[in-house]
Parts: sequence; C-alpha cells; structure tokens
Amino acid sequence: MASGDIAYETIIGLEVHAQLLTASKMFCGCSADYAAAPPNTHVCPVCMALPGALPVINRLAVEKTIRAGLALNCTIAGHTLFARKNYHYADLPKGYQISQYELPLCHSGWLDIEAEGAARRVGIARAHLEEDTGKLTHMGEAAGDTRLSAGRGAATLVDLNRAGIPLLEIVTEPDLRSPEEARAYLVKLQQILRYLGVSSGDMEKGAMRCEANVSIRPVGQTQFGTKVEVKNLNSFRSVKLALEYEVARQIAVLEAGGRVVQVTMGWDEEHGRTVVQRSKESADDYRYFPEPDLPPLEINPAWVAELRAALPELPDARAARFAAVYALDERDAALLAGERATADYFEATAAALGGTAPAARTAANWITGELFRLMKAAGVEIEQVQVGPAALADLLGRVERGEINANSGKRVLGQMFETGQPAGRIIDELGLAQVSDADALAAAVDAVLARYPDEVAKYRAGKESVLGWLMGQVMRETRGKGNPALVRALLAKALEG
Amino acid sequence: MLHITIHAARRMLRAGDIGARELTAAILERIDAVDGQVRAYLTLTPELALAAADRADAALVAARAAGTTDDLPPLLGIPLAIKDTITTEGIRTTCGSRILENYIPPYQSTAMARLQQAGALILGKTNTDEFAMGSSTESSAYFATRNPWNLAHVPGGSSGGSAAAVAAGECLAALGSDTGGSVRQPAGFCGVVGLKPTYGRVSRYGLVAYASSLDQIGPLARDVTDAAELLGVLAGHDPLDSTSVPAAVPAYAQMLDRPVRGLRVGVPREYFAPGMQPEVEAAVRAAIQVLADLGAEVREIGLPHTDLALPVYYLIAAAEASANLARFDGIRYGLSAAAESLWETYRETRGQGFGPEVKRRIMLGAYALSAGYYDAYYLKAQQVRTLIRADFDAALAEVDVIACPTGPTTAFRIGEKMADPLSMYLTDILTLSANLAGLPAISLPCGFDGAGLPIGLQLMAGAFQEPLLLAAAFAYEQAAGWHTRHPTL
Ligand SMILES: [Zn+2]
Repeated sequence: MASGDIAYETIIGLEVHAQLLTASKMFCGCSADYAAAPPNTHVCPVCMALPGALPVINRLAVEKTIRAGLALNCTIAGHTLFARKNYHYADLPKGYQISQYELPLCHSGWLDIEAEGAARRVGIARAHLEEDTGKLTHMGEAAGDTRLSAGRGAATLVDLNRAGIPLLEIVTEPDLRSPEEARAYLVKLQQILRYLGVSSGDMEKGAMRCEANVSIRPVGQTQFGTKVEVKNLNSFRSVKLALEYEVARQIAVLEAGGRVVQVTMGWDEEHGRTVVQRSKESADDYRYFPEPDLPPLEINPAWVAELRAALPELPDARAARFAAVYALDERDAALLAGERATADYFEATAAALGGTAPAARTAANWITGELFRLMKAAGVEIEQVQVGPAALADLLGRVERGEINANSGKRVLGQMFETGQPAGRIIDELGLAQVSDADALAAAVDAVLARYPDEVAKYRAGKESVLGWLMGQVMRETRGKGNPALVRALLAKALEG
Repeated sequence: MLHITIHAARRMLRAGDIGARELTAAILERIDAVDGQVRAYLTLTPELALAAADRADAALVAARAAGTTDDLPPLLGIPLAIKDTITTEGIRTTCGSRILENYIPPYQSTAMARLQQAGALILGKTNTDEFAMGSSTESSAYFATRNPWNLAHVPGGSSGGSAAAVAAGECLAALGSDTGGSVRQPAGFCGVVGLKPTYGRVSRYGLVAYASSLDQIGPLARDVTDAAELLGVLAGHDPLDSTSVPAAVPAYAQMLDRPVRGLRVGVPREYFAPGMQPEVEAAVRAAIQVLADLGAEVREIGLPHTDLALPVYYLIAAAEASANLARFDGIRYGLSAAAESLWETYRETRGQGFGPEVKRRIMLGAYALSAGYYDAYYLKAQQVRTLIRADFDAALAEVDVIACPTGPTTAFRIGEKMADPLSMYLTDILTLSANLAGLPAISLPCGFDGAGLPIGLQLMAGAFQEPLLLAAAFAYEQAAGWHTRHPTL
C-alpha cells in the first residue's frame, strides 16, 4: 500500500468466534438449537445464572475444538484451564464469561492461504473454548445507545437463548498483510470448520463472527504501528471493505502528520466507514482468574491421537487429489473440494459412473456446469438437491451411451432437479430416447434432401458449411431425438451418393 | 424431647412412640416460644413441614404394619433447618441479603434434594451473615441472631442461625455452609457439633457461592452420630457439580465406634498463640488429654504457614466472591432498582442491595484481581495456599488427626467487633486453614468458660478421612459427655 512518498505495509490479525455445532449448550443441558425458538425458552438455572447454579463442561464442545485445533495444525494442550472474564453487561447473566486465558486448549498452529496469487502461512496463536452471550434488542430510544439508556419509554429486551452456546475463538498472529488476505483466510477457515462439522460458519446468521486488529507501518520498519480494533464485521465482504477503509484512514492520518490512536472501531455497513466505539482509556480490565467451579481439564493424548486419525481429508488435500487422480483442472478441483457435501457428491457420482478419470471429468463438468447453474437459479445447497449422485450418474451414463443426446440430457436433468424423478421415467415421458435406428433416420435424411434440392446442390458445388444446416433440419425432422453421430454419417453418405 | 437427636427420634418414630406430626408440632411450638429471643430463622415453613410430617406418618404406619421400618429412608419424619445460603425450591432464599429479599428459587439444590429423598422435612431457613460473609451473623441484612447460651452474645457465623436453632431446640439438626469456618465456629460458640466435609465430598449445586474453591455444605447437629448420619445422606458425587468427587460414600454412622487406641493425634503449636482465651486453651488441652487417656498417641506438630492463612484466605475468598456476586445485577431476579440506564440500574441495585461487609469484600477481591496487582495478590495467595496444603500433607504423614481449638475465644458480645472488621476476621483464624487445604474438620463441645459459654474442640484429618475424623470425635464425645448439656431459655 503506497501513498505519497512513503510505502506502507498493512498488518492484520483476526479473532474469529465460531458457534460450535453441539446438541446442548457449553455448560448446561439446554438445547443449542435456538434459532427458531421464542425468547428465553432455551434457558435453565445454569445459563440464566441463578444463584447457586454451577457449570459442567460439554465434552462434545471440547472434542470439536480439538478437531478444529488439529486441522489448524495446533498443539493440543494436555492440561488446560477455564477462566472467568469479568465484566458487567445485560447480555452476560453471570457478570463474567467463562472463557480460557492461560493454557488454552489449542495453540501455536497455522493455516496456509493463497491470495492475490501468492501463498502465505498464517500463524494461529490460539484456539480456545468459551460461551456466547445473550442477545439484546433495543427498543425506542435505547436503540443504538450502547449504554442502554432506558429513559422515556425506551427499553432493552434480553433473550438468553444464545447465552451459553459454545464458542470457539481462533486468534491469528499478526501475519496477514492485506484485506484480501484477511478475506481469503476467513473463507479458508470457514471451509475447514464446515468440513469438520464443527461450525456452520454462517456469518450472516452470526454463527461466525470476526474482529480485526489493523495497523500500518512504513515498509522496512520492524516495529508495529498502533493497532486499531475493528468490530461488527458480519460478512466476507464487510471484512474486506472495512479493512480497506481502515487502512486508507490510517494512512491518511499519518500522511496528514497525525498519529493513529488505539481505539475500538465499528464497521458502519450502511455508510461504508469505520466509527469509533470506544477509546483505549475506557478499556475494561477483565480481571481474568482460573474458574474455580471447573477443575483443570486434562486432555488424554490417546483421545487426541484418535481424533487426529479420524480427521477427514481437508479441502486443500482433497482438491489436490482431485487434480492429480482425475486430471481435473485446478479451478474445478478447488470448486468441487471447497465444501464437503459437494466433494462427497462429486466423488459418489464419479464412482457410480465407474470411477475412471474420464468418468470423473464427465461428472465434474456436469456438476460444476449444469447442476451448479440449476442450484444457483433455485437458491439451494447441494444437500437439498433432489437428484442424488446415483441418479445423476444414471443420467450421465445414458448420455455417454448415446441413449439421449447432451442437450436432451440437460433438459432431463432440469426435470429431475425439479421433480426428483429418475432419468429413465422422464426420458420416457418426454419421448426423448435417441433414435439410433439407421432405417428410420435414413428416411428422415431422404425426406430433408428431397425438400431442399437447392441446398443439396450448393453442398455438392463445394459449399461444405451447408452440411451443418442440413444436419439441423434432419434433427428437427426427428424432433431432436436423432443420434447426431449417426445422422451425420447418414447425411454425408447420402450427399456423396 | 426438645433436644432429641436424629438417631433417637428415628428409633421412636419407627417404634411408634411418637408421630412425625407430633414431633414437628412440638418443635414448631418451641420455635414459637423462643425464636423471638434467639431469632434463628429468617423464613418459617410450618405448613410445608406439617404436610410432610403427615406424609411421613402415613409411611411410618404402613411400614410398621408391614414390618419394614428398617427399609424406610434414614431421615423420614426428621425436622431440619436449612441455612439461607442453600437454595430451596419454592422457598424464599435470601442469603441474608436485601438483594434477594423476595427471591424464590425455581430449582432445587442437590443437598436439599438428597435430604428430601432421605425423608427429612424442612422447618425453615436460618439466618446468616450476608452471603455468608461474617463470623457473627450480625451482617445479616435482617437482624442479628443471638446465642442461646447468653442472648447478649453472638452465635458465631456465618451459619449462626443454624447453630443457634440446633442449640435452642428449634430443630433436630441443620445445614450450614463453611467457607472459612462458618459451620465450625458457630458450632463452637453454640456448643453443638459442626462438620465441614472434605472439599468435593458434598455437592455445592444450589449453594449460593461465596468463594467457590472453599465453600462446603456441612451439618450442624446435637452429637457426632447425627453429624455422621447427615453426612451419609449429603455426601456423594453430583454430575451437576464438577468439583464434587466420585469417591465411594462410606457408612459413616456405622463406623463411629472404632477404638482410638493407637490413633496418632497431632497438636499444632501454632494454634495455641498468645491472645487466646486461657479457658479455651485449658479446655482444649484437657480434651486432648481425654483422647490420650483413651489410648491415642498425642504429639506436637508444626504447621509453619499458619500465620499466612488469614491474608491468603481473605484474598482468595474475596477475589472469587467479587465474580460470584456479579450476577446480582437487578436484571433477572431479586432486587431491581428502577433507574434511567443500565449502569445506574447496576449502581442503584447493588448499592441498595448489598451491605457494607459484602461491598468491602467485593472491592477487596476486584482489587486483588486487577491488572498490575494480580501477581502480587491473587497469584501470590494461590502460591501460599499451596504451601499451607503442603504443611498439612507433611503433618498428616505423621499423625492421623489434628486437634486444636475451634476459635481463640468463646462467643463475644453482640456489637463488640462490628466496628473493627480485622478483629472480626481474626475469630476465624483457626478454622480457615482446613478450607484452604480442602480438608475435613469438625468442631464439638469440650467445656464452658467462666461465663457459661461453650468452648469448641476442633479436629482435622486428611482428605476423605471423615470416618477417622468422626470416630475420634465420637470417642471424645462419649468419654466427655458435653453434648448432653443444653441452654435454658
Ligand atoms: Zn441452560
């Protein structure tokens, strides 16, 4: 990033909070599936912080955190501690959040990303477990006021359904060098969390949230500049836009002879700018200390080894395998491997088609082409597609064998996608079975040649391009069902005769 | 009959010599007669108690007819009192604080659930120092409880209501909670038996937390046998409390009469420091002589970090309390002061709802955890706590039981120490270490001072050595007989 005479380097570190996909909350038995529930119905003495209630660690949340840590190449602690992070807010029932401070569950990992054509290894400082807060809804005059003024008819409503949902916090080293790298890191992280079934990673629904620490420094300077924390980044797009805005802002401050002040900024999506939320002077002292209600958690190395062995093949490795084994081009391989369900769908289809490289490429072409087009138009994910891999392979086999032609195949797939019916039935219903009967096709060829003597003459006079047009007329005569290869051969023979 | 023990009452109930309603009604009458003076109870639940007594009577009648009284739950028809720091579903639980004045818990504590499953019935909730922070029950936001032996004196604290209720015949036994001596010190002041179990022995689920790493629920009872009976009901692993320990629960009450011959009793020299009331030292030394006469091997031991227990305790307990009490914010339950903003709601609710001692400890604890002070205070305190534990580990490698006074003095006068928090804190100086080390400890009566106030003998043992501890206490109790004395009101 350059401006004026001085070139600046951007330094970004990210903190991501991802809700874990567990049946129950982090420290109580309440259902974690609160999305459609009326307010304060997924609550109990523990997550409402009634006097005397105590937390109990959710083992599945620990397991999912370890799996995420392993996928991020982290060291898994043998001995890990929960801690109380103390602060008062209406969405925090206990007045402290149970989190991890010293001795997090996972630390010292990395994630390799690619952005703007270059590869970068992003250090993962730590990945730890904590609990989510409740949700506040500001009404009337309290809206937009973070101090929750309740004056003159305004009110803030508290919903504790979300309080205590397990959260995985992943903190990078300050290794990212551009907003695009930050975006690429998040995309990759989301892919991995989804692959592992650890989190839905859904940023729009708040299941994955991001905060960034941004600073700039003149190129060549080793000391970091003053960092600014940017919050309220609710999509990949807002991460990139907010960081671009913030970097430009900091450069402008320095260029104008000012200095960057350590603050917390919020991204104002509507106006496309970052705004100061809180200055450092008013920053909280969280008074962390080990959670006395939870004994230190000892992680059995054998369990970690078991989880490591059971890790699925991750997106990068899978894409590389697709490219190597099936000779897919890299773009298609990455596209298919990016989501686990898509990759599984592709491999199942390829296998049902015989599992050879050509069969896989056929499957890849149809999935990344026609199927993705249909999904996009219908706005559905691969999990909701009614055409299973076996059904798709059945259709593609019919095309390969010449039972129907490729264009009919697309039409049939469209119907299968809509109705969930098998290819065979749709082909029958639409009468699309390709005519490969040479006598029937020869009759159609003769009829066309008889109808267009001028064109036949032109061809015979050397204008070979007329062949394609005649071909089209024969296909029309067969209502599109003619086997194109056979039609072409018959037509050529008849014209020469 | 007002000073009947649980084990005696159970025999009579099963034999049909008395009914549960009759027993309960008699105790309720006693409460009526004397609680105006003693003021042990914050909340009484006579209707619930009598209804439960009727159910117990029905079960007793049926069992007698079927000849199956031996199979009845161990506390069937036994009326008990519960310290108000322990959650009781459907029964107001104030913790002696204005901030929970109208709080009725919608869930049950594990201790209460176990008592009810054992057939016990609940007379009401007893007074406590606010959130168990105190040593005299004077910091209750409602009123001070009085010592049944002398109404001008405190009953001790923070479980002063429970201790006074047991001593005054206002219940058969009671539950207290002990964070730095809050069961044992009032037991000593009121001449009853108070047991703090090993940390993790009894579930804390539903005990309103003061200092989570120190709190334990424990019984206050007329004699060692009753304390053992109650421990047997309360003890055991609870999946709702991650600090409760999945160790087997011995039949404590059946293991009391093991002989003390050869029992190694250690007497820590640091526990007989100058400033101790001479009558206390004399009574405790005489009690230790009784154990020696019974065949115990008595020897002096050292617990060198004893003088650090007080500052370590007040740092750790206050630090944990500062977080534990953060939930009382006026948002979900309890007192909620109407105010213009969230921060004013906090300030007003907590300002009005907490008393001075609670505020003092919250501030002390928040300070000890603050950035820049954590290492010097909280972390250092944890390190010294490890040294105190090591003292006990070393001592208990050489002796089975440690014997010492429960407190340096007998019950002081009401109002005497309220203006001087430090002198109040010093009254717990001999009981704090067992909490810091997580060890079981018991206080039982060992005599009276010149003014007729009870003196407490404290015994401590290794973690989960309650059978040994109770057997030593039982042997002394049976030999000395102090437990048969009761105050006249
Ligand atoms: Zn819950």
